[in-house]
Amino acid sequence: MASNTMMRCGEFKTTYKADTTIFPTPWSRNFAILGVVLLALAPLKFGDFALVDDYYITLMIQIGYLGIAALGLNILVGFTGQISLGHSAFFGFGAFASAWLNNTLGIPVFFSILLAGLWTTAVGMIVGIPAGRIKGLYLAIATLASQFILEDFFSRADWFTGGSAGSLANPFSIFGYEIQGDRQYFYVVLVYVVVMYLLGTNLLRSRDGRAFVAVRDHYLSAEVMGVNLTKYRILSFGISSFYAGIGGALYAHYLQYVSIEGFDILLSIQFLGMVIIGGLGSVMGALMGTAFMVLLPEVMDAGVSVLKNTEWGNIPAITDGLTWIKQASIGLAIVLFLIFEPEGLAHRWRMIKAYWKLYPFSY
Amino acid sequence: MNVELLFQLIVNGLIIGTLYGVVAMCFTLIYKASQIVNFAQGEFLLIGAWVCWWLLTTFQLPFYAGFLMTLAFMMVFGILLQVLVLRPMIGEPIISVIMVTIGLSIFFQAIMSWMFGVFVQPFPRIFDIRSVDVLGLNVQPAYLMSLVISVFIMGGFAWFFKYSRLGLAMRATAFDQQVAQSLGISIKQMFAMSWAISAMVSALAGVVVGVVNGVSSALSFFGIKVFPAVILGGLDSIVGAVVGGLIIGILENVAEYVDGQWLHVGNLYTVAPFYVLIVILMIKPYGLFGTETIERV
Repeated sequence: MASNTMMRCGEFKTTYKADTTIFPTPWSRNFAILGVVLLALAPLKFGDFALVDDYYITLMIQIGYLGIAALGLNILVGFTGQISLGHSAFFGFGAFASAWLNNTLGIPVFFSILLAGLWTTAVGMIVGIPAGRIKGLYLAIATLASQFILEDFFSRADWFTGGSAGSLANPFSIFGYEIQGDRQYFYVVLVYVVVMYLLGTNLLRSRDGRAFVAVRDHYLSAEVMGVNLTKYRILSFGISSFYAGIGGALYAHYLQYVSIEGFDILLSIQFLGMVIIGGLGSVMGALMGTAFMVLLPEVMDAGVSVLKNTEWGNIPAITDGLTWIKQASIGLAIVLFLIFEPEGLAHRWRMIKAYWKLYPFSY
Repeated sequence: MNVELLFQLIVNGLIIGTLYGVVAMCFTLIYKASQIVNFAQGEFLLIGAWVCWWLLTTFQLPFYAGFLMTLAFMMVFGILLQVLVLRPMIGEPIISVIMVTIGLSIFFQAIMSWMFGVFVQPFPRIFDIRSVDVLGLNVQPAYLMSLVISVFIMGGFAWFFKYSRLGLAMRATAFDQQVAQSLGISIKQMFAMSWAISAMVSALAGVVVGVVNGVSSALSFFGIKVFPAVILGGLDSIVGAVVGGLIIGILENVAEYVDGQWLHVGNLYTVAPFYVLIVILMIKPYGLFGTETIERV
């Protein structure tokens, strides 16, 4: 049917299949594929002419691995309704696990990333055990405690993390071919992002995904309907840790060095910020929120370098305090989004789409 | 066994514990009145201490004047925070409310580090004597002052909630907002009041810690240390907050003793309360004195 190719104004879905489909029209699917293809073109270099500057490639890689972990947190917070303040500890655990599996057991990096993800899943499920009994803000406090306990474990377990010296990670390699440089690593991250986001989307269309949403919306009704609360709450922790572990492992093999610093409560808060700014309960929102969170400090850097040439540029309070301004802006962004746009960027994006769909008539 | 050291540590624990108790009380006050978990409680201490330090060092004010001005500032600050940021959040899901206070906490932390730097700044000397002899133990006068002030605040809280009109109105609000409203109590005022009192008393605790240890961003860690205390005591119990604070304070110091004498794992001091926290949440999530909510379908 020809009319199927365009998006129609209103809901005309008559089957569950149409309701749960990822791409409502062929065009939206084509655009998504086009987006991935365009991203795949980004690192290409023709002689000295690069399509995208090196610096932006590193930013995109960052958005990639953080975005994977943020999606995991969104499955936990946005879809299952459980608050976790300890996500960065899992991210760090995945990073150390992959480096350790590769260095000590000699497992190839390709497999060690996956195994690190599974190992983090196991840890996440153990940490998630209290979730079977408590919820809401009590759970938030319990995960806060587990964040500190895991952080303490990192600094204590020399065999695992290398202690204060940190641990080295090998570069990514596949079939004996070693990935070199950011431009090649970009493809690795891109593949993982696409695979993990497709997995996440499909998970949420499945029976388990619906169970997660049921637990979030009304856990008593869900239990009455036969959803095993304890199982799904802990499973949700496991899945979110899996994503965090994969993201962390990608981070480890990207930087090729993991230090025990940096997986602190601030990073956990940043992950939560990504999920909230992107939009709770939206898969693509996680990626948008991550992009926002990564680009926000960059925008401030750019702003300061613009100011440099004016009379404002030499105020030491601004140039020296940039780290603090960046940190404050993260906090401020979270607060402002929660007050003015609690449904996040994903909601904004839907509004924009709806506006143009109906343009020039507002309804 | 080093009995003297253990005794000294327990006394330290009691003193620190009363401070935890005071901060936990402020935390509980906000939670009781407005059902908001304030992750920015530690920043109240931080802001209060920095403001007082700034007034004392920049303007050379005498201690009591700077102290009173700090309290006045914190009252305005608490009310503004409630009105501007927390009031729009009424009725939002719990994750949003938690995240707003977390966002505020990292915002204020960064602003404070930006304005005052990251180094520990000592308070101007308030006492002339270096140490006081109590039962054969050397105790810093600032510690004694903190103990006295903490006990004084606790007594003040007890009086306030038991006898004063405002305190009774606040308790009524915490008990049932609709009933309180129908009796002519302004809920908005009560919310703002609870934030103001909490900010003021936290700032007081912050100044006390600042006098003892110097002011630095480490003060905001009190806000996190307070969680084991409030959970142990029960989230909505003021008595529980005090008891929880004392227990956690002593526990920390005993953990340090056990660690130093036998275990030698290091850093047990900071982590032990969190292990306790998880154990309590697993076996008795409503704490020692908290009201157990019963859900009926």
